[in-house]
Amino acid sequence: MYEEIFAKYSADKENLIAILHDVQNNHPQHYVSPEAINRVSEYLRIPVSHIQGVLTFYTMYSTRPRGKYIIRLCESPPCFLRGSESILAKLKQLLGVKLEGTTSDGLFTLELCACLGVCGNAPVMMINDELYGDLTEEKVVAVIKKLTGGEA
Amino acid sequence: MKIFINGKAYDAFPGEMVLQVALRNEIFIPHLCYHPRTGPAAKCRACVVEVENLPGLQTSCNLPARDGMQVTTNSEAVLQAQRVVIDLALSSGKHDCLACEQNGNCELQNAAYFLGIERPSYEFALEEKVPDASSEFVYVDRAKCISCGRCVSGCNNNVVNEVINFGNRGFHTKIIFDNDKLLGESSCVQCGECVQLCPVGAIIDKRAIGQGRSWEMEKVETVCAYCGVGCRLELHINRKENRIIRITGVEDSPTNEGMLCVKGRYGFDFIASPERLTTPLIRENGKFREASWDEAISLIASRFRSIIEEHGSNAIAGLSSAKVTNEENFLFQKFMRREVGTNNVDHCARLCHSSTVAGLAASLGSGAMTNDIAGIKNADVIMIIGSDTSAAHPVIAARIKQAVREGRTKLIVIDPKKIVMANYADIYAAHLPGSDVALLNCLMHVILKNGWEDSKYIEERLEGYEELRKEVLQDKYKPENVEKISGVPATTLHRIAEMFAKAETASIFYAMGITQHTTGRDNVWSVANLQMICGNLGKIGGGVNPLRGQSNVQGACDMGCLPNVYPGYQSVQDEKIREKFEKAWGRKLSSETGLTVIEMVDGAYEGKVKALYVMGENPFLSDPDQHHVISALEKIDFLVVQDMFLTETAEFADVVLPATSFVEKEGNFTNTERRVQKLNIALTPPGAAKADWEIIQMLANSMAAGWQYRTVSDICDEINQLTPQYAGITWERIGRNGLQWPCPTETHPGTPYLHKDRFARGLGLLRGIPFIEAAELPDEEYPLILTTGRVLQHFHTGTMTRKTPGLNNLAGPMVMMSVEDAEAMGIGNSEPVKIATRRGEIEAPAFVTRRIKKGVIYIPFHYKESPANRLTNPVVDPVAKIPEYKVCAAKIRKIS
Ligand code: SF4
Ligand code: SF4
Ligand code: SF4
Ligand code: FES
Ligand code: FES
Repeated sequence: MYEEIFAKYSADKENLIAILHDVQNNHPQHYVSPEAINRVSEYLRIPVSHIQGVLTFYTMYSTRPRGKYIIRLCESPPCFLRGSESILAKLKQLLGVKLEGTTSDGLFTLELCACLGVCGNAPVMMINDELYGDLTEEKVVAVIKKLTGGEA
Repeated sequence: MKIFINGKAYDAFPGEMVLQVALRNEIFIPHLCYHPRTGPAAKCRACVVEVENLPGLQTSCNLPARDGMQVTTNSEAVLQAQRVVIDLALSSGKHDCLACEQNGNCELQNAAYFLGIERPSYEFALEEKVPDASSEFVYVDRAKCISCGRCVSGCNNNVVNEVINFGNRGFHTKIIFDNDKLLGESSCVQCGECVQLCPVGAIIDKRAIGQGRSWEMEKVETVCAYCGVGCRLELHINRKENRIIRITGVEDSPTNEGMLCVKGRYGFDFIASPERLTTPLIRENGKFREASWDEAISLIASRFRSIIEEHGSNAIAGLSSAKVTNEENFLFQKFMRREVGTNNVDHCARLCHSSTVAGLAASLGSGAMTNDIAGIKNADVIMIIGSDTSAAHPVIAARIKQAVREGRTKLIVIDPKKIVMANYADIYAAHLPGSDVALLNCLMHVILKNGWEDSKYIEERLEGYEELRKEVLQDKYKPENVEKISGVPATTLHRIAEMFAKAETASIFYAMGITQHTTGRDNVWSVANLQMICGNLGKIGGGVNPLRGQSNVQGACDMGCLPNVYPGYQSVQDEKIREKFEKAWGRKLSSETGLTVIEMVDGAYEGKVKALYVMGENPFLSDPDQHHVISALEKIDFLVVQDMFLTETAEFADVVLPATSFVEKEGNFTNTERRVQKLNIALTPPGAAKADWEIIQMLANSMAAGWQYRTVSDICDEINQLTPQYAGITWERIGRNGLQWPCPTETHPGTPYLHKDRFARGLGLLRGIPFIEAAELPDEEYPLILTTGRVLQHFHTGTMTRKTPGLNNLAGPMVMMSVEDAEAMGIGNSEPVKIATRRGEIEAPAFVTRRIKKGVIYIPFHYKESPANRLTNPVVDPVAKIPEYKVCAAKIRKIS
């Protein structure tokens, strides 16, 4: 998988962000593994510690294995004002995980994120690449059910 | 340019920051993230000041001084802002100064004291942080970290080991090692640069914990006793206990700029080792017994005298040492030449750089590294060939990595192993050991074919060009053909030639990978040829740069501990010169060239050498073909060993003399860039141990020499008189930063780089050098090429480094082999295996790696339990007499 990704980008340090993205998205557990860090470090000749710094600075990356579906609930003020907190509580209860946690079946990981740019539909969450707006507790239950059901 | 600080005028240099001007004039402004060696970071905001016509407060560390600038550092507004910064830093960490190692040396504490902060006023709920004690030498307590970033900058920009960075964001920011590993499990090489830069007690020397606070320790500057870089050290000493607590690098030293490696900073346990010799020993009935100095010295004198009477002066030989001072080496050769009457004096430079001395003296006229360390950054291209620089010369490696990181300098690495430096290289080529001449001729072939040579330089400054052309332009040096000899792809050879030749200034760094061959002198001359035709000699940043292995191997050569020359490379066969020495020393001297190291061992084996005087050397582990060395040591009639320890060689001795270590004596070391630097006395020696120069003088005088050196400086005076290169390097002048030879007069500033405008020999001499294969090549029975070398954590035969347990924990014996070979033989990583050559067999764990080529194996030579030199081939270069440590045929087999 690394060869394919590296083939898309020149060994230019500026490509770090994009390469890490591809690496993460191509991993079945949606994260950048220690092995991946070493490979990228060798390819771009960027120190491992620097890559780790980037990975832990941006919320969009994970250095821990994650579920198939990554739920990212917006925690910025507009969403907060329209009840993101109760949505978070509902998600925690439904999935039985803490923040950053992954369900034992490896299906869901629960995270927070900053404004997703669709505040008009607050509160908002994103599951992988899909946006879900105007959330209510019922809507959340339905979405999770659908994803779990679709899987089962 | 002038600026005004608190109303007073001060001179400022262009480019200087306000903080720097203030500190230089002893005006204190608190600062945490700024350090002279990491520069302004403008992170902590502790250094704020008021500046007329600028709004608000300005951080002074990154504020360039401008003429007429009015700066206020002491207004209430400034102090209040500084107080908030320092108070916050104190409040957000676990700053329990009373129990902190950094107490008294902490920059946060100093700032708080200066600002009158009694206790932190913010109450934060602090996260519990467990200290990281996983590393042998470096202890990390993140609870004290103020996120100033100095360690990050030091690790990445100074030593360029690139281990530390910041991880996470905002309140959770912390320093991380690699991908957030424990330090001891990360790629950290424990150079301690981060320790030295940390302003607080967050990164400290682990073994100094609980050993005393900064103000309890006396500080003495000296020079590192390990490799030839010659880093300047500051020893932190507990005077009462006569012991070193920790070592730091001297920050304004032109050689190391504060940096050190793990050996220099942490490998000092040998000094206080209980195994130190404290009294002379005499062998009686096969066992050692303690003896007085008088008894031991008169025994040696009488034995030496009777051997001279019976067998002549040439029946005695002396091995001097690259680990003792110039003055001691000078006295040693004087003793051998004047009191014994022989030129049988040599030392282990024979085993490392005799081919350099021979090759460069003949081609350029001077056998030393041509350029200086500080100039490294001026190269556009640096080529490293046959030098595991980051292991054997770590601080020079740091300078090279800095140059590469800056972006100006390109790096080419050519080595059979994919050494750490290859990670920083633009081009890396793995060539087969022993193919150097073919490879270098090939580069010249490509350069000449393409007209990339420097014709003007060739015409004006060189001779022998036609002969060189004739040799290297032959078809056998075409890249396609050399690919077959060296294993380096033709396209890579071409790229190297082009990158190298097209550089405005290019330098070559090499070490034992070039010299330790039967073609050692040829290899060296080929390097010189390449540099000459590219016009890279005689300018800053260029040069032919042999890296000298031991702290004073340059000095030992300079001082004439070689069988063919007096101090200053003055030939013993030159009548005029001999007369000069005869006159100065008042005695007739031998005109016969003496024996080299290998010839001494052979002579002892054959019964021609009856007595051997060994000072600070350990031929048992350092010389090739150990079985042969052992029989020679057993056969010799009378063996004297003068050392700090009962080395493997000393076990064979008839008399053992206890010598002092480098911190217990004065004198000078000359480092690889020809810089003469002074050692200072820091500790008192154990028991009756004496400095080598005192011992040599006692011995000489008991042979009626009538020497009267009262101090080391008396010897230095004599060196000044008899050694033209050292004439101006007087004891009084050397100072803290030393002087680089040649320094012909007392007003001469020293010479950073050689051959400017004119070669030492007049014209540079090019020579066509045909490629010759190594003496012993792989065959059916011994199918592998064995090459030997050093690791970062150990030094030479380990007599010093192996006394530090932490260094032993980091690196033990091994044989490095390729994944392909290991798989073919069914050998797993760290599985113990047997390695054999025609000369012997040893056992070591296999280190299976992709960093070495198929068909090549590598063994470091430090370990007496797995002595690589039981295996090596004692064949030597016909001129330089250096043994071929770097190539012989070997086989590996599984044990079970
Ligand atoms: S000891 Fe040296 S290599 Fe290790 S983290 Fe500190 S600066 Fe970096
Ligand atoms: S460990 Fe020390 S040097 Fe490094 S960021 Fe923290 S306080 Fe600064
Ligand atoms: S061993 Fe060499 S690089 Fe290391 S501290 Fe000593 S002189 Fe410097
Ligand atoms: S604040 Fe939630 S999407 Fe913008
Ligand atoms: S010293 Fe100036 S901001 Fe830290």
